[in-house]
Amino acid sequence: MNPDASTIAAGAPIEVDLSPIAEGQDIKVFWRGKPIYISHRTKKQIEEARAVNVASLPDPQSDEARVKSGHDQWLVVIGICTHLGCIPIAHEGNYDGFFCPCHGSQYDSSGRIRQGPAPANLAVPPYQFVSDTKIQIG
Amino acid sequence: MSGPSDYQPSNPALQWIERRLPIIGLMHSSFVAYPTPRNLNYWWTFGAILSLMLGIQILTGVILAMHYTPYADLAFKSVELIVRDVNYGWLLRNMHAVGASMFFFAVYVHMFRGLYYGSYKEPREVLWILGVIIYLLMMATGFMGYVLPWGQMSFWGATVITNLFSAFPYVGESIVTLLWGGYSVGNPTLNRFFSLHYLLPFLIAGVVVLHVWALHVAGQNNPDGVEAKTEKDTVPFTPHATIKDLFGVSCFLLLYAWFIFYMPNYLGDADNYIPANPGVTPPHIVPEWYYLPFYAILRSIPNKLAGVIAMFSAILVLAFLPWLDSARTRSTKYRPLAKQFFWIFVVVCILLGYLGAQPPEGIYVIAGRVLTVCYFSYFLIVLPLLSRIETPRPVPNSIADAVLAKGGRVAASVAVALVAAGALLAGTIQDARAAEGNDKPPGNNWSFAGPFGKFDRGALQRGLKVYKEVCSNCHGLSFVAFRNLAEAGGPGYSPAQAVAFASEYKIKDGPNDAGDMFERPGRPADYFPSPFPNEQAARAANGGAAPPDLSLITKARSYERGFPWFIFDFFTQYQEQGPDYVAAVLQGFEEKVPEGVTIPEGSYYNKYFPGHAIKMPKPLSDGQVTYDDGSPTTVAQYAKDVTTFLMWTAEPHMEARKRLGFQVFVFLIIFAGLMYFTKKKVWADAH
Repeated sequence: MNPDASTIAAGAPIEVDLSPIAEGQDIKVFWRGKPIYISHRTKKQIEEARAVNVASLPDPQSDEARVKSGHDQWLVVIGICTHLGCIPIAHEGNYDGFFCPCHGSQYDSSGRIRQGPAPANLAVPPYQFVSDTKIQIG
Repeated sequence: MSGPSDYQPSNPALQWIERRLPIIGLMHSSFVAYPTPRNLNYWWTFGAILSLMLGIQILTGVILAMHYTPYADLAFKSVELIVRDVNYGWLLRNMHAVGASMFFFAVYVHMFRGLYYGSYKEPREVLWILGVIIYLLMMATGFMGYVLPWGQMSFWGATVITNLFSAFPYVGESIVTLLWGGYSVGNPTLNRFFSLHYLLPFLIAGVVVLHVWALHVAGQNNPDGVEAKTEKDTVPFTPHATIKDLFGVSCFLLLYAWFIFYMPNYLGDADNYIPANPGVTPPHIVPEWYYLPFYAILRSIPNKLAGVIAMFSAILVLAFLPWLDSARTRSTKYRPLAKQFFWIFVVVCILLGYLGAQPPEGIYVIAGRVLTVCYFSYFLIVLPLLSRIETPRPVPNSIADAVLAKGGRVAASVAVALVAAGALLAGTIQDARAAEGNDKPPGNNWSFAGPFGKFDRGALQRGLKVYKEVCSNCHGLSFVAFRNLAEAGGPGYSPAQAVAFASEYKIKDGPNDAGDMFERPGRPADYFPSPFPNEQAARAANGGAAPPDLSLITKARSYERGFPWFIFDFFTQYQEQGPDYVAAVLQGFEEKVPEGVTIPEGSYYNKYFPGHAIKMPKPLSDGQVTYDDGSPTTVAQYAKDVTTFLMWTAEPHMEARKRLGFQVFVFLIIFAGLMYFTKKKVWADAH
C-alpha cells in the first residue's frame, strides 16, 4: 500500500524560476501534492526573523539554518501547518509570516511556530539553488 | 440459554434441508422460541433498530457504488449526478448519508442503555467488548464514507484525521504514507478509502453475528439486572419481542424519514458541496457530529501526541468497563448514587459534542479541558469508587416480581439531570447571543420552504433569465443540462422550449474526422457551458478570485445559526440558510463603506459577505433585466428570482422529495399505530 511507481515518478524534483517574484511577494507551487511557499522576504522581515532569541522559541531554530546562505531573502517552506495539516495563509498573523485559519497557529517570517497549537516549525523541503534565480525542489 | 432446537418443519422439502443443514431450527431457536425477559423496556428495541440500519446502509451503499466513480477528478461530480440523474438517486443518497447519522444516533442510545443497566457485567463482558469493536469499525467506516463525496470537508477532514497518526513517534510518518498512498491526500487515498468503505460494513456484519451469538449464549440483560430464572420470567421472542421491536423500529423510521425527506442537509456541512481543493483550507474544519465529543477531547489537550492518545483512550476505556465497575448490582435503577453520576456523564458527553463544533478559542478551550477531565474521571475514578462505597437498594428476587411491583418512581433523577443540563445550556445561550453579530442575512418568505414547499414557476423562469443575462457572464452552471429545464418540478418549460433554448448556445464538440474541434448548436443533453475554460482563466480574468460555479451555490453557502436556533430549526424544518445568504449578498452592496472597515483595491463592500470585501462588483441594478410578466424589475425581485432558480439548480428533485416524504409519513404513522395496538394485544397477558 506504499505509493505506486507513477506517484513516485510524479514526485520527482521540480525547478522553479524565482525572477518574477518581486520583493515582499510570494508564490505557492505544488510539489508532491503539497503547497510550497516561496517568499521573497523584505529586509524588515529578515531582520525580524533574526532579531528573535532562538532559545525562546517553541521549536528553536535560527533563521540562518532555515535558508540557504547567500540567498537569505528567499524562504522556501512547505505550507502545511504542523498541527493538523491545514494550509496557513501567507502575510497574516502577528509575526509577519503565516497564519493557520484552522486552529490559529501563527508562524513568523522564517516559518517558525510562534503561537498556537502547532508543535513544530513549517518544514523546509529539500531544495538547492541551480542558479541565482532558479531553485530545484526535491 | 438457547439449547439445540427440537424444532421440526412440517414441510417435507424444509425437512430435507433441515436434516442436512439445521438452519431453520437455528433461526427458530434464535428468533422465535428464544426466551426474552418479560420486563424489557423500549430501550431494548435499539438492537433491532441497529440491525435494520446496518442492512439499509449496506443495501443503499451497494447500489450507490454502482453509480459512483472513485476518482479524484470525478468523484464529486458522480455523486451530484447520482442525485440528479439516477432514478431515485436523491433518495438513495439521502438515505445513506442520513442513515450514517441515524446509525450513530441509535448506537449511542444502545451504548448508554448498556451503560445504565450494567449490560457489560459478568457474564456479558465479551458481548460488550464485541460491541466496542463494532463501534470502532463503525467510526472508521463512517469517516471513510464521508471522504468519498470529495467535497472540501471530505478532503480536509481526511487530511486532519490522517495527520493524527503522524503524532506517533517513529512509525507515525510511515503510517500516514500508507494511508495516503502518496505524499498527500489525493487520488490513491480516495481509492483505498472507497475499497475499505465497501469492505468494513461486511466486517461489521460479521462482528454483529458474533455479538448476537454472545447475546444468545449469555441471555439478554434487563432493566432490573436480575437473571431470568423460571419460565415466568420470560416470554418467547416471537411474537412478543418481534412486535415490540417493530413498533420501536417504525417510530425510529419516522425520525429517519424526517431527515431524509425534509432536512437532508441538516446534519451535513455546507462546505462539502464545494469540490475538494488542496490549495484552500476551509476556515473551520468540523467532523461529522458523531465524532464531535472525541474531537473536543483531542483539541483540549495542548500537546499533539497526548491529544491523540487521549482521543483514542476515550473510546478504548469502554472496553475495560466490565472491570472498572465491579459493583455487584447490575442495574443503575437500584444504585442511587451511580444514577446521578450516569446522568451527569450523559450531559458531559453532550456538552463535549457541542464544544467539538466550536472554534478552539478562549472559554471553549477551558470548558473542553474541564469536561475531558470529567469524562475520564467517570470511568477511572467514579465507577471504581462507587462500586466500593455505594449501598445499592435491594433488587427484586426475580423478573416476575419486578414486573408485579412496577411502580411509577421513574423520572425523578432524570428530571434533575435535565434541569442541570438546561441550566448549563442556558448559560451558553447567553454567550452565543452576545457573540452574535448583526450581519445575519435576513429571512425570506420562500415558496419552496416547508414540508409542502414548491418552486414558484414564474420565479424560476425569471431567475433563469437573470442568470442568462447577468450571472452567466462570469459564473458557470455546469451540473445543469438544458434538458433539466423541461423536467417535472422545474421551470415548467416544454421539451420543445428546452430544445429551442439549447440551440441558442454554441457548444464545443469534436474532434471531427479531420481531427479538429468545432462548434455546434446546443442540444437538450448538453450542459450549460462555463464562461471560462478552466479555474486559472477564471481567476486571471477576475482579479484573482475565481467566480464559483452556481449549480450548488445555495447548498454550498450557509451561515452560522448558533445555539439555540439550530435546535428550533429541526422542528421548523428551516433549511434556507443558503438561499437567504445568496439573496442577502446580491442585495448587500453598499457604496458607503462603514468606518473601521477597509476594503482593498479591486474589492467591493458587501454587508453580508464574510469579511465584507467581495471581489464581485455589484451585479444587479434596477431595470437591468426586462420581465415579460409584469413583475417589478427591482434588485430585490431579481435577487429573489435568481435565488429561487439557483435553489432549483442545487436540488432539482426537491418537489419530488417533499411529495414522497408526505406519502411516507402517512404510511409510517398508520403502520406505527397498527404496530402499537398489535403489541398491546400481544403483551396483554404478559404484564
